[in-house]
Amino acid sequence: MSRVFASAKATALRSGAMSVLTTRLDPRSSEFRANADAMQVLLDEVLAQQREALVAGGERYIERHRSRGKMLVRERIELLIDRDSPLLELHALAAWGTGDPVGAGGVHAIGLINGVECFVSGTDMTVKGGASNPSSVTKSLRGMEIALKNRLPYITLTESAGADLPRQADIFVPGGASFKNLTRMSAAGIPTISLVFGPSTAGGAYTPGMSDYVVMVKDRARVFLGGPPLVKMAIDEDANEEDLGGADMHARVSGLADYLAVDERDALRLGRDIVAHLNWRKHGPGPTMPADAPVHDRSELLGAAPADVRKPIDVREIIARVVDGSRFEEFKPLYGTQLVTGWASLCGFPIGILANNGILFSEESQKGSQFIQLCNRTDTPILFIQNITGFMVGTRYEQGGIIKDGAKLINAVSNSTVPHLTLMVGASYGAGNYGMSGKAYDPRFIFTWPNHRIAVMGPKQLAGVMNIITKGRDPEGVIALEKQVEAESTALYATGRVWDDGIIDPRDTRTVLGIALSVVHNAEVRGTSTFGVFRM
Amino acid sequence: MIRTLLVANRGEIASRIFRTCRIMGIRTVAVYATPDATLPFVREADVAVALGGSSATESYLVIDKILDAARRSGADAIHPGFGFLSENASFARAVIDAGLTWVGPTPANITAMGSKVEAKMLAAAAGVPVLASSVVEGDDPAGWAAAATSVGYPVLVKASSGGGGRGMRLVTSASLLADAVTGARREALASFGDATVFIERYLPAPRHIEFQVFGDTHGNVIHLGERECSLQRRHQKIVEEAPSPVLGDEMREEMAGAAVGLARAIGYVGAGTVEYLYDDSNGVPEFFFLEMNTRLQVEHPVTECLTGADLVQWQIDVANGLALPLAQEQVERRGHAIEVRLYAEDPANGFLPTFGHLHTYEIGRSDPGLRYEHGVESGSDVTTFFDPMLAKVIAHAPSRLAAASRLADALSAMAIHGVTVNRDYLVAVLSDADFLAGSTTTAFVDAHPALFSATVSDAEELAHVAAYVVASSRSRHSSNLWSFAPTGWRNVPSQRHEIHLRSGERSVRVDYEWPTAQPDLVHLTIDGVDHSVRIVRHERAVNADDLTMDVDGLTRSVRVSSGGDVVWANSSGGQSAWSVEPRFTPPATGASAGGPIAPVPGRVVAVHVVEGQTVTVGDALVTMEAMKMEHRIEANADGVVIELRCAAGDQVDAHQVLVVLG
Repeated sequence: MSRVFASAKATALRSGAMSVLTTRLDPRSSEFRANADAMQVLLDEVLAQQREALVAGGERYIERHRSRGKMLVRERIELLIDRDSPLLELHALAAWGTGDPVGAGGVHAIGLINGVECFVSGTDMTVKGGASNPSSVTKSLRGMEIALKNRLPYITLTESAGADLPRQADIFVPGGASFKNLTRMSAAGIPTISLVFGPSTAGGAYTPGMSDYVVMVKDRARVFLGGPPLVKMAIDEDANEEDLGGADMHARVSGLADYLAVDERDALRLGRDIVAHLNWRKHGPGPTMPADAPVHDRSELLGAAPADVRKPIDVREIIARVVDGSRFEEFKPLYGTQLVTGWASLCGFPIGILANNGILFSEESQKGSQFIQLCNRTDTPILFIQNITGFMVGTRYEQGGIIKDGAKLINAVSNSTVPHLTLMVGASYGAGNYGMSGKAYDPRFIFTWPNHRIAVMGPKQLAGVMNIITKGRDPEGVIALEKQVEAESTALYATGRVWDDGIIDPRDTRTVLGIALSVVHNAEVRGTSTFGVFRM
Repeated sequence: MIRTLLVANRGEIASRIFRTCRIMGIRTVAVYATPDATLPFVREADVAVALGGSSATESYLVIDKILDAARRSGADAIHPGFGFLSENASFARAVIDAGLTWVGPTPANITAMGSKVEAKMLAAAAGVPVLASSVVEGDDPAGWAAAATSVGYPVLVKASSGGGGRGMRLVTSASLLADAVTGARREALASFGDATVFIERYLPAPRHIEFQVFGDTHGNVIHLGERECSLQRRHQKIVEEAPSPVLGDEMREEMAGAAVGLARAIGYVGAGTVEYLYDDSNGVPEFFFLEMNTRLQVEHPVTECLTGADLVQWQIDVANGLALPLAQEQVERRGHAIEVRLYAEDPANGFLPTFGHLHTYEIGRSDPGLRYEHGVESGSDVTTFFDPMLAKVIAHAPSRLAAASRLADALSAMAIHGVTVNRDYLVAVLSDADFLAGSTTTAFVDAHPALFSATVSDAEELAHVAAYVVASSRSRHSSNLWSFAPTGWRNVPSQRHEIHLRSGERSVRVDYEWPTAQPDLVHLTIDGVDHSVRIVRHERAVNADDLTMDVDGLTRSVRVSSGGDVVWANSSGGQSAWSVEPRFTPPATGASAGGPIAPVPGRVVAVHVVEGQTVTVGDALVTMEAMKMEHRIEANADGVVIELRCAAGDQVDAHQVLVVLG
């Protein structure tokens, strides 16, 4: 793949004299077409999985749901958000490859409700009665983390049979954090709104119970700790569901329901009204830079990354198709050139970018550490673009202090307090994943391209290492391990485990990151000067 | 010699007279009632005088105010236009007595033709055929019945003074006569200050054919041919044309001769119109004198188109004592002209007058074959105080067919936003096979009820809906926080965007989707049918979007304009108005007060019930008057009158509850 040079052509407006990236990508080249074709195949698989997730409940249960006059969870969300506004669904393929239903029996989305960016979490009643499973717990906790860290009003569309009882061991203990999170959000001034469309019983009753605002749908919502059979067992009382937990009862008697909705649509109307009256203000600044589109065609992102993650790419080709006006002011362009750092804006929000252009050496690590500190000094959010096979190894580099320098980078990433967005465009192997704000380093959002590969190291390399360690005594075991790691390194595998917030179409990168950036500005954007000890 | 002419009228006719004055170098004076202050005619005059008052009786009908305005403005002549005081002999006399020049027939002419009863006698005496009739006298219904019987049912009860259908009632059987006479008298009194009515033989489906006559002070009387004005609703003309599609030369000469004869017989001076009913339903063409209008007619432009004459200039010249510029044999008529009256009214709702703010009023076609007489402009308010005619549009072409299609096209291309008008109805009439075949009688309107609800064609409507969806979707998207994203973007598309539009009674469901990869493409499903729309061009202005779109393979240009809750789509194929159904309707919090409401703003004439009275469906509760038309408000259910919310003389708003029934 070709190299890209920053052009000296100055651009106007408030971007000052920032340089506009030029391109060497040739969409007609066989190499580009091969990359684009390979990416398309991977993307088609992702889209196919998404389509399956939409009907994860199965035809029969969807029909039954509809026949009861109920809307599907995504239909509810579409009505809840502002007309014609974009909608970013997260974790759509959570649980892929885990045995749990793809999507984990629920929908996460960030949308605009009366102009307010809100996090919406809805259970899908057609998927095993909306019962929670281990994947849905993982997904749900990540959703709450996003809402809490980014200060997003958190809206639940509740309707669930409860926990998938045979799986209770993997659900009960970690799942309990949900209720803690709800009240912590509330304590942090993040409104929590629960729209109850159906049963929400036993532990589920605490979702409305812990929410700031509760709307219940008349004749549909059922919220009680114990249903009629349990009550009969416990205190030998003959009770009916309506008296125990009907919407009307909760609105008039218990006071658990703040609003009684006459039907589902009315509940969504009330939800919108509640948001309209939140008097919501974002704590971060709004966009301050010109938000013009990149000058290079975003559709070329399909062919910008190689199908084989071992092949090098020039990450500036990606930056050039994502940032405003393709403008990029590169920092330290001549030093540590395998890590590209610099300033840009995305949808008007100023950002700093750290992007891999090869493996990390000491210089790259030091450069990255310095750049992260600068972003923190200027309260500038950071976009990490990961395509990293790891830190350099070898005697020369160990003696040169690569561990100390890698530690500097991880120190900077770990203690940085400006929002981090992480984009996975290829490989993410080894400690490079950590140094570039991987999942465990709490990026506000992390999105992957379909060609993404993630593991402690590349499967072939890992197999080779194992072969050496086992002195070639277990070739079959090594092959099996390579296959296992290969299968566990894919983007689908990663997204199934909620290691990311979703696989995205590379052409949507600017849109997705734009929304994510806008979202992170609901919270204050403030850097730090406090880091761990930088080993010198 | 007239130097400064005051026009004692409003709207398009005032503007039209000023235009001729401008050509003749005559200074102009407008007078205006308060609600008309911002209409174009006020500005077009060199000087305008405020008459004050809202209704005609407080303004344009007050002789003293008009004369005072003439004095204050230095006018030396008055043109009455049509309607208002144009056929009021005392006004003509007062103008002359004030030393001013009266642009119109002599007071004697007006008086002679002003009473329909006397006019008929004069016409008969002049040898013009007349319909059997009988005067209604006294307050004894038995006497009225006898008069009607002598004529033979069906009969028309008509006001002796005035015209335009006011104070006119069709009576098909004796039992309905008394109500009709009472109502006609009341309306006649309100409109013309004269309660005299008479009964006349009623022809079910005649043609209305009239002859333009002109006399001067030198004894010359000529005619300028006929106009056919058979298409009427509520006895008011809506389409007028010349020549009549039915008259042969011989019949034309006979009718014209009779008209000129009558004018001569009364020494007629100025512009006048002899109106006939023409009937050939029993195979033999007959015509009967209807009335003579001693003024310029609304529809005079069709005659001007054919003859090239400026009838207002002729009026002024005659008033200045000049002889007519043409002798009869010099009058030539070329081609065919059709005029339509653009009314603020809703044909689909019984032609009830409409009102409101005209956001936009623009023509879309202009060529020498088209003539517009505008009474309003963009930004005008259409009030309920005066006649709802907004404008006239006239097309002149070599043939009737060409004139009709040119006129329909010009009407379709007009953008009229904010007030419901009869434009689509007029376009439908001009395109109707029976109309084009010349089958125009006064029964045409009632015989073609399907035209009342005419709208743009289905294909055009599709383009309008598509344009609206594109414009509104992009507009809503562009104002949201994430406008940098593609419109309505989804990373996990699960369904199309759904929107419900309403146009009048018609509700349309549209499901649409913006494919992420093609920002200029939108897939629409309208009422279950899929369409593909490619946006060729989209220019956005503050309140309008201009879109050129390929819809299912046909490219059309549509302008979408918004005004409050309504959005209008205009294309060369016409206009449609749309509103978005709200996504959510808050549930009712309790039954609101029910009961019959006022259909239009107006004045309560009479209340027929008292509180506590038991009524049944259809009982008359209240009689209202609006636009000089009486509206009978009936019980909408059986019940008891719980509360009266109006009294005789009250001014009430549209949709106001008048009577609470329980």
